[in-house]
Amino acid sequence: MSRLISSAVPRSAMVTMEASRRSVLRGMALSGLAVGGASLLAACGGGDSGPATGSGATVKFGINEAEGSGAAYDRLKAIADAYAKESGTKVDLNAVDHNTFQESINTYLQGTPDDVFTWFAGFRMSQFADNGLITDLSDQWPIDGLGDSFKQAATASDGKQYFVPISYYPWAVFYRKSVWEKNGWTPPETNDDFMALMDEMQGKGVTPFAFGDKDGWPAMGTFDILNMRLNGFDFHMSLMAGDEAWDGDEVKLVFDTWRKLLPYHQADPLGRTWQEAATSMGKGECGMYLLGTFVVDALGENGEDLDFFTFPQLDSSIAADSLDAPIDGFCVAAAGKNQEAGKAMAKWLGSAAAADAGNNGADAPFIAANDGASTSTYSDLQKKSAEVVGAAANIAQFMDRDTNADFANTVMIPSIQDFLKNPDDIDGVTASIQEQAASIFG
Amino acid sequence: MSHTDEAPQQAAAAAPAQAPPQGREKKLPARDRLTVILMVTIPLLLVLLLVWLPALLSVVLSFGKWNGFGGVDTIEWVGFQNYEDIATIYPPFWPAIQHNLIWLGFLFLFPTLLGILLAVILDREMRGSRIYQTAFYMPVVLSLALIGFIWQLFYSRDQGLINDVFGTQVDWYGDPDINLWAVLVATAWRHTGYIMLIYLAGLKGVDASLREAAAVDGASEVKTFFNVIFPVMRPINMIVVVIVVIESLRAFDLVWVVNKGRNGLELIGALVAQNVVGEATRYGFGSALAVIMMLISSVFITIYLRNVFREERRG
Repeated sequence: MSRLISSAVPRSAMVTMEASRRSVLRGMALSGLAVGGASLLAACGGGDSGPATGSGATVKFGINEAEGSGAAYDRLKAIADAYAKESGTKVDLNAVDHNTFQESINTYLQGTPDDVFTWFAGFRMSQFADNGLITDLSDQWPIDGLGDSFKQAATASDGKQYFVPISYYPWAVFYRKSVWEKNGWTPPETNDDFMALMDEMQGKGVTPFAFGDKDGWPAMGTFDILNMRLNGFDFHMSLMAGDEAWDGDEVKLVFDTWRKLLPYHQADPLGRTWQEAATSMGKGECGMYLLGTFVVDALGENGEDLDFFTFPQLDSSIAADSLDAPIDGFCVAAAGKNQEAGKAMAKWLGSAAAADAGNNGADAPFIAANDGASTSTYSDLQKKSAEVVGAAANIAQFMDRDTNADFANTVMIPSIQDFLKNPDDIDGVTASIQEQAASIFG
Repeated sequence: MSHTDEAPQQAAAAAPAQAPPQGREKKLPARDRLTVILMVTIPLLLVLLLVWLPALLSVVLSFGKWNGFGGVDTIEWVGFQNYEDIATIYPPFWPAIQHNLIWLGFLFLFPTLLGILLAVILDREMRGSRIYQTAFYMPVVLSLALIGFIWQLFYSRDQGLINDVFGTQVDWYGDPDINLWAVLVATAWRHTGYIMLIYLAGLKGVDASLREAAAVDGASEVKTFFNVIFPVMRPINMIVVVIVVIESLRAFDLVWVVNKGRNGLELIGALVAQNVVGEATRYGFGSALAVIMMLISSVFITIYLRNVFREERRG
């Protein structure tokens, strides 16, 4: 609606009008709970003049890392600088703390957002596309060096692309090389190997799996991988989309398998953060840890002594070629003022040059989505991550990116925690999830 | 609400004490009247706009289903569906109500009484009382993020001080049967100092001649406190009661720092936040929770107001 009239009314006036109406309504509705973040994010837009793109133009770039927050900020800053230098466009950086950014994204996009902003692939992106909050980028695709799986991840439900990926990180089973060498352990090939390995570890007084779920989300990774291994990728995705029953036999099988694996996990996961669990693995108290590559951050080292394998096959009829590998990247806000400049920058952000600029600008490099990006700064861990993800037939984005955020946060986190507290009541947990899913998905 | 019919009487009761010599029937000069009108209407408008309007809109929104995308015309009205869901299929709700009540009882029984006791002791101006005062009040000054961090150092299962010193493996923050009490202890650490300072300020204001009179009459310290000082402190006692009720209803921050109010730490305030702050944007559902919280607090407010007005009418 509003986008139709926007040609008649000056765009800037429209945006302000809409912003104030919405933020006032929202503020009232929520008794001021959520407005703080919105005003923080929507740094007021001054009148921008000059050409839309190229030299002399300004593009506003909203990033989800606060200044001084470490490598992640340094990379984005380096990317912004590189683009400014190469295109002559002035890049106006709006750096916001990660959680604040994520928590106010709704109000941000419906207020006065920056032209280009950092975001994630998956349902979270698709939902914005469905609601007209982000700009169709299909005229910028294909982008050199970004393969089909990335194009797929950038595609919303209408079949068009709304996203440009820059990096990703796989979820896998990590372990300390030195600890495994000393014990003569090798990555399991089959489920039997896997079970034998865990029994052997327990025999030596080592807890096979480190496990922490105080924050609620890390255990989602275990659910994801078990579901993909036991029921296949397609089932997993349609379950995430709300098209399958949560109290069906498939989901019960996942929880039942998990219940049998729990004795191999660290006890009391609900009081432990993922960082504390990673430390236990680092100290050799636990043999392995199912987590994203960011496990390195908690170990305070560069990961030279770390290796990983993908979760083994559990059902002989389902290939073990799917994994969680969340993709980070960029979108162009539909309410952004400078659409042309935003699109041009988004396309460049997908290039090998953007990834290289980011990786050269920070100590800890990410794994670039673009094939052409230089891998000279990569550690062995990163090279292997790129290899494993490249070989995967299906890539999921992680539960809280693949399904409705309302459902993931308010239903799945407490339900999985309930299951971990009381693993024997699978029927109760799945029935409760299904009731709530029906209410949310409608 | 009881205050609508009782408010005029309150004004009438209070007026004689401050009435100007010429009698209160006489009209105020125009400028003074304007001042009074402005002083009443501006705060009133602010209160209506910032408190009552949002509250009313929350009530309206609680009958709808809305994820915050698009304008208000996209709200799907579902009647009492949200309330029904909360009471029937939303597992954290009943534990949250229970935890809020436990919170209220605990705050009254332990830190509040302890705070009052500390205030009475410190009021005796023993040596170094300022140092104690500062020490007890320090936690109130610290930011909650810092408090959460400090207690994490005590409570962490694998690396915490308590388990290290005693060689135990208690999962203080993760075990849902224990973590509420662990958090309550951390809250008490802060609440005690808060109550102590308020009560101490009140005690300093008690007329010294009352104590002297009691001493002359031969009353013991304990008797003096319960029979003379405590009744004189009535306004402060009332404030303390109100503070404890408010603190236990809006208790939120510590559990949020610990685990976002899940797994044994559910509180109504945390549930509201889980549903409307952050990426989950179930505005209708969250509003329904907020309305329930408002109803509960209005019970306490009504009791309080009734009490206050009854007193003033009598006095």
